[in-house]
Amino acid sequence: MGRHAEKNGRDWRLGALAILVALAAWQFIAAVIIRYPFILPAPTDVASAFFSLVGKGDIFVDLGTSLVHFAIGLGLALLVGIPMGIIMGWNRRIEAVVDPLIELLRPIPPLAWIPFAIIWFGLTTFSAGFIIFIGAVFPIIINTYSGFRGVPRVFVEAGKMLGCTKDRDLVRYIALPAALPSVAAGIRIATGVGWMCLVAAELFGVSNYGLGQKLWFYYSLHQMDSVVVYMILLGLIGLAFDMVFRHYVDKKFLKWRTGEVA
Amino acid sequence: MGDLVIKDLNQSFAREDGSRLVVLENLNLDVKDKEFVCILGSSGCGKTTLLRMIAGLDTSESGSIALDGREIKGPNPKIGMVFQEYSLFPWRTVIDNIAFGLEMQGVPREKRYTVAEQYLNLVNLSQFRDSFPSELSGGMRQRVAVARALALDPVLLLMDEPFGALDAQTRNKLQHELLEIWEKTKKTVVFITHSVDEAVFLADRIVVMTPRPGRICRIFEITLPRPRDRTSTEFAGLRRDVLDLINQHCSIQ
Repeated sequence: MGRHAEKNGRDWRLGALAILVALAAWQFIAAVIIRYPFILPAPTDVASAFFSLVGKGDIFVDLGTSLVHFAIGLGLALLVGIPMGIIMGWNRRIEAVVDPLIELLRPIPPLAWIPFAIIWFGLTTFSAGFIIFIGAVFPIIINTYSGFRGVPRVFVEAGKMLGCTKDRDLVRYIALPAALPSVAAGIRIATGVGWMCLVAAELFGVSNYGLGQKLWFYYSLHQMDSVVVYMILLGLIGLAFDMVFRHYVDKKFLKWRTGEVA
Repeated sequence: MGDLVIKDLNQSFAREDGSRLVVLENLNLDVKDKEFVCILGSSGCGKTTLLRMIAGLDTSESGSIALDGREIKGPNPKIGMVFQEYSLFPWRTVIDNIAFGLEMQGVPREKRYTVAEQYLNLVNLSQFRDSFPSELSGGMRQRVAVARALALDPVLLLMDEPFGALDAQTRNKLQHELLEIWEKTKKTVVFITHSVDEAVFLADRIVVMTPRPGRICRIFEITLPRPRDRTSTEFAGLRRDVLDLINQHCSIQ
């Protein structure tokens, strides 16, 4: 851990410098070389667009709307993916039935489901959530399932010798905690994939708000500085999810792994 | 009580070519209450298979295993087990590992910690109460595993080469500790090993098994009083006698 923190400290300063240099280069290229904000808005254009958007207040409604879409998608993915992964990992026969179906559905890009999302659920909030769900559910299933597959037999047998003999108890007290690192990795991947699906999920007009929706809206108005504001916002929130998740989950639930990984 | 009676036990597994591999053949063994029995044999002689059936983790093809007159049909809180590989739950602290069995029995939190702490003291690891297994050495992990198995106060303690993965010094130290614990708690112990030295040091009786098919070859009574001194001439003589007899009668074809 100590070595890691030290490394992060060094990276942090170098990283900040890199960002500043990139911003300066961007400013130079946009303002001095290209001088056409429609092709490439300068950071200063983006900053002023950001403040005017904040001033209007819509940006917060957009953020809230997108978070609702995302929460529906990810929430459903957790609700479906974790139990499904558990059942598949615990029961070989169910795995044999379900696994081929999942392997067939999984490679279909989430965005290819958009037509059916519209037909089934219409232009609704749930429709956007459904696309995010499709993106997020497979990593959760696969990781939960492989986590349960990989539970060492000796843990299960030790549990049985100590009076934990019912299937339900074995899942709850042995298999689930043993598989948790893998489940957590799946949720983290799902968060990333789900967030990437967000722009497309909002693109087909499920609402008048949303980060993805506004990105397209400002594009149609040719206000590229505002488009960049939404791009950066999407990126930063995705990053924040990942950091919060990593920090919180590792500290709270996976503390026991600290000495183990090495 | 902790009387173990094994009668006409048979076990075989199907080979890939369809023939059967006989792992245990007509095995009979009685272990008296509070006795310390070592089962000694080379790998593949069926000793782990035998232990797993006593534990109730595997079922036999025919024959019976009974503890205090009741047939063993599955894992049973009267039987504790210490595994060869590290079996502590890495996501639980030391105290929560020891308290696991009591938790499964629905013992209230306060009560189970009180009991678990007693067993933690017994294996001299009180200062590691809230550590995770990953923070412990191999020897400490096996001591916690012993405490965890004892916490349910079983009458029979099964140990499957529990010190096999440890270095010689740690191993000797843990053998001493195990005997002290056994003196204090007075369980029936069935201990699996492939080390003659370990068996002579620990056991009241040594049961020597030979492979293909797994059967009992010889049983030695070790009457040498404890604590036994490894460096003494009696100990060395006894160890030699056991080795000689094994070489004469129980050699592996």
